[in-house]
Amino acid sequence: MSIHDPIQELFAIDRRQARDVRVLVMTGYGLNCEAETIAAFERLGAVAEARHVADVLEGGDDVLSAYQILAFIGGFSFGDHIASGRVYANRVRFRLGDRLGRYIDDGGLALGICNGFQTLVKLGVLPALGRSVGDGLAPQSASLVANERLGYRDAWVRLGFDDASPCVFTRGLGGRTLDLPSRHGEGKLIFADEEIREAVLAAHLIPARYVDEAGEPTEEWPANPNGSAGGAAGLCDPSGRIFGLMPHPEAYLDPENHPHWRAQEAAGELPPVGLGLHILAGGVRAVIDGL
Amino acid sequence: MPVHRLEIEARPGLSDALAESTARRLRSELAITAAVRTRRVYLLDLEIDGEGAAAVLERLVDPVAEVGALGMLDDPHGPDGEESSWFLTIGLRPGVTDSVGRSVHRAVQDILGRDVVGEVYTATVYRLDGIPREDAERAARELLYNPLIERLTIEEGRRALDLSVPRAGVPRTPEVATVGLAGASDAELERISREGMLALSLAEMRAIEAHFAEVGRSPTDAELECVAQTWSEHCKHKIFASPIDYTDPSGERRLIEEGLFRSTIRGATEAIAAQRVQDQLDPADAPFLVSVFHDNAGVIRFTEADHLVYKVETHNSPSALDPYGGAMTGIVGVNRDTLATGLGADNLTNVWGYCFGPPDYEEALPPGLMHPRRIRDGVHHGVIDGGNQSGLPYSRGFELFDRRYVGKPLVYCGTVGVMPVTSAGRPGEVKVIEPGDLVVMVGGRIGKDGIHGATFSSVELGEDSPVQAVQIGDPITQKMMADFLAEAREAGLCSGLTDNGAGGLSSSVGEMALATGGAEIDLALAPLKYPGLAPWEILISEAQERMTLAVRPAEIDALMTLAARREVEVTVLGSFTESGRLVVRHGEAMVCDLDLDFLHDGVPLPTLSARWSPPERALSEASVVATRLADGRAAELLLDLLSAPNVASGEAIARAYDHEVKGLSVIKPWVGVRQDVPSTATVMRVRHGRSEGIVLGEGIHPYYSDIDTEAMAMAAVDEGVRRVLCGGARIDRLAALDNFCWPDPIRSAKTPDGEHKLAQLVRCCEGLRAACEAYGVPLVSGKDSMKNDATLGGVKISIPPTLLVSVLGQIEDVRRALDLTPLAAGDRIGVIGETADELGESELARGQGLVLDGVPRTDLERCAPRYQAFARARDAGKLRSAHALGRGGLALALAHMTVAGGLGLEVELDGIAGELSAVRTLFSESTGRIIFTCREEDADAVEAELGEHALQWLGVVGPPSGWLHVRHRGETVLGVGGQVLRRRLQRQGAQR
Repeated sequence: MSIHDPIQELFAIDRRQARDVRVLVMTGYGLNCEAETIAAFERLGAVAEARHVADVLEGGDDVLSAYQILAFIGGFSFGDHIASGRVYANRVRFRLGDRLGRYIDDGGLALGICNGFQTLVKLGVLPALGRSVGDGLAPQSASLVANERLGYRDAWVRLGFDDASPCVFTRGLGGRTLDLPSRHGEGKLIFADEEIREAVLAAHLIPARYVDEAGEPTEEWPANPNGSAGGAAGLCDPSGRIFGLMPHPEAYLDPENHPHWRAQEAAGELPPVGLGLHILAGGVRAVIDGL
Repeated sequence: MPVHRLEIEARPGLSDALAESTARRLRSELAITAAVRTRRVYLLDLEIDGEGAAAVLERLVDPVAEVGALGMLDDPHGPDGEESSWFLTIGLRPGVTDSVGRSVHRAVQDILGRDVVGEVYTATVYRLDGIPREDAERAARELLYNPLIERLTIEEGRRALDLSVPRAGVPRTPEVATVGLAGASDAELERISREGMLALSLAEMRAIEAHFAEVGRSPTDAELECVAQTWSEHCKHKIFASPIDYTDPSGERRLIEEGLFRSTIRGATEAIAAQRVQDQLDPADAPFLVSVFHDNAGVIRFTEADHLVYKVETHNSPSALDPYGGAMTGIVGVNRDTLATGLGADNLTNVWGYCFGPPDYEEALPPGLMHPRRIRDGVHHGVIDGGNQSGLPYSRGFELFDRRYVGKPLVYCGTVGVMPVTSAGRPGEVKVIEPGDLVVMVGGRIGKDGIHGATFSSVELGEDSPVQAVQIGDPITQKMMADFLAEAREAGLCSGLTDNGAGGLSSSVGEMALATGGAEIDLALAPLKYPGLAPWEILISEAQERMTLAVRPAEIDALMTLAARREVEVTVLGSFTESGRLVVRHGEAMVCDLDLDFLHDGVPLPTLSARWSPPERALSEASVVATRLADGRAAELLLDLLSAPNVASGEAIARAYDHEVKGLSVIKPWVGVRQDVPSTATVMRVRHGRSEGIVLGEGIHPYYSDIDTEAMAMAAVDEGVRRVLCGGARIDRLAALDNFCWPDPIRSAKTPDGEHKLAQLVRCCEGLRAACEAYGVPLVSGKDSMKNDATLGGVKISIPPTLLVSVLGQIEDVRRALDLTPLAAGDRIGVIGETADELGESELARGQGLVLDGVPRTDLERCAPRYQAFARARDAGKLRSAHALGRGGLALALAHMTVAGGLGLEVELDGIAGELSAVRTLFSESTGRIIFTCREEDADAVEAELGEHALQWLGVVGPPSGWLHVRHRGETVLGVGGQVLRRRLQRQGAQR
């Protein structure tokens, strides 16, 4: 790669090294963001593989160990019937739970986006406070519930980041903002009790927040699409390797995905690639760096 | 095993989303103020014990957000003991698709770790506090409950444990009956057709009688049904196929011998294809039109790797009866058309458009009709859920309103698909079916849903419209099927497929049988939702989410294995033959044995009569017009217009439709600094990592049809073409779809003006052909819905004749796409195309209650070269934004540009107005016009290219003050701030 490789310049990723990063993108059952998630990881030089959930469930004992990043993608798993992510989470819990627990114990990364985030929370994989190696999946202690302004809404939002968070996906993004499309009806993050909420805040497990035009975290619609307290848009586990996010970084993979790309171009500010890749790049970099 | 009842509700203190939205709608739509709580109920009619049910409950309830109970949750008293609590329990009727129940069933099996036999039924409990009984009943009747598909119990104060489940079907021996036609009188034949919901005319019944007299037996019930489905207007498009005897106002007659489809629609496309050959626009081995007029959707060339497929359908009658389910079936149904074109395409994006009665309609509604607001709400939510859950973004959406759509709403749903040029080494657009290939049904099971959908849509809507005509879509079942079909296609396991839509198996197998010259199937093999279906019902059921595949015997095992892994049901029903017959058995019983030639070509096509009588419209008095349209009222007229239902921003509801999934969007449905202005056209990539894209736009002008349908058709094509050109589409790669929605155009006692309505259709088709040929835009797919009338309570309501033209453009590099947003202060604003006194049935005239003369006439000869010149200037990079003038004219376009850009616009009308007043100039809806901005330094180059095409410079883009200033003859006629314009546009939207 030449020195002008935008992936190197923007994300500090050497694509030759990224070739060793393997990403599993689980598909099927109404999940639907596989194409853009794969394209986004591949643009960073990683190797992303789509596999139907059924084939993963029926895979061997070490089916997950070939990968360093698991992508729980967006969509409507089983139509979000009963509640978002509920049926999918149960299927993974009962049929992949042990293997997923071991994968996490072994230091694997997981990124849940939108429906994937809802699923990880319902699986107990997030925030998983106090979970120890060998514990399997933790009990569910948080949830994502109906937006305060009811209903599904597709609109771009702006995120700010907490540099003190252990989250590897958002590392280095502190102090900057990122525009991403938000597309959900159930994105308000709540916790089982106050103690858990305080522990999450104390450990900086909310790496990404919706921010207003001044860049400050906000609970005001529409900058905050769901009314999450403190503008919480994402949640990670104490290791920082498991991360769930409501907005869709994989849907800002080309500069022309941004709603103002023509104005940015006119002003000479059009980035060379979609900036949503920052989030995925954090994960790829963490694998390369062995974090 | 007993039925186990589970109830789940939001944890106290947390919000109950359904309750809140219900309370809000009760308040805003019915003026009922009630405290609302809701509960979800799952009735497990499964082989599990109480312990198993408890284990299931524990894993279905969200421990953080919800509480649940086996049996019933407590019903604590309301805060005020004096007031009554009403419990409305609403579940589905027997046999109605319960997709949530299906997911719960899957979850039960995952939780218990074994296969579990049985069914799960769902229901919702609404608890309404603080209202009298009549309000509770009204809430049910007018908002919450649809008796066609749902069952309701109302209880006061205390609930009783209800473990009853709507098990469907009764075991009975399937029997085949015969229908005696021999010697029947005309009246008897008409009665058989009417009572059987066959929608066959007397001539058609006579043709069937004669055929079976020749065969020497009576038809079976299934054969009669099969013929009725195949010959239905919905499937056979008889009005477009029949010869027409046309008389114009001067009394001159002509015969359109080959019918409208061949002479105009297909005729236009063939002429354009021939012209492309002559002009050598395409390489000889790579024609633009890849496959048109014989498959489920048209296929056109895009890149070396992919073709494009596009189809738009209507689902009007079902949406009138069950707006949510009917509309959802509309979108997932048209998704299947593209999925089943050739060897199958992958769906890329959806489009939608609706014509409704006014949401503020206040007159009494005839029995059987829902309020337009309820229809609108249900339709939106059906298409939202259908599209979002299928993982498809939407690209285009519109809503139009007219009182005449109260009787039948128009619900357009469309899909663009991407077809690999080759899959598994075979050309993607060709089905290769050979004798001996297996007839395979894939997807959902068969029930009574949707029986008579095809024939039902071919008659007018009445109070006795059949319950079974409504199907409910299940997008998740379909998504899983679509994913499976893509895998099967890539593995080369499928030789051809078609959708089980209208007419069910009778149509899909009947059509595919033409490929080999016959088919033979056994209905006893078909998986049913519940027992008790008669063979004819199995044959014509329109139960959703099903495809019929042709599979080579050597591939069937691989297909079955893949299907099992993907939880998709696949059944071999029979095989394709060369017998010349469609043979259907049910076990040993012969159900149907029909000659294919008779089935497909036996329908009589009598010559239809058309007579055009130009409407006599009583024009508004000149003095009234002069007062209402005084130039001094320009600002007031504009602000009124912005809040009119047809113009006001639909952004609030449109954002409930995903438009970003797939990450391919470039110019979105909403643009501008705050993304709240509807885009002229939308642009998206088709594949990641490639620069080519598609450009979508449309034109629809039903109001003009009251004056002249030819003008309407030309305006629709013209607007669709201008829209996609503004977005950046190549001018040599345009294709269009035609969707006709018409009132019944066949003269009869019920339709005395049928000849006029048919003449309107003739003129519409001829206008369509002329415009398509002039612009070189082939019609690659289309659909017609020809009975959009409702007679309810003795009142007949017919829609205005409505043509939707949907244009699909292509762009080589999406980074060159344009939208309507002005980019920089100091840029010049120009317009091409003449502005004439054309305000008849314009948005302004209708809004002001004026009947004006002068419908927009499209000068095709001048427009075609104008657009070529525009495309050259655009491709030379000289234009920075572009927008097509349409409904609301220049005034609305300027308002949209002001709001979008957040910059001021300084406009001078003198150049384009000529003799016209400022108001007429601003609101004229003359076609053929494009407004654009360009850099000051490019103005000369633009003038050199566009100078001969009625170019007028209008002014300049101003600073970020955001004011729209318009001057005329030295006076300021309009001065409005951008924020005021935005608020007006959003006003209507906020109420939605």
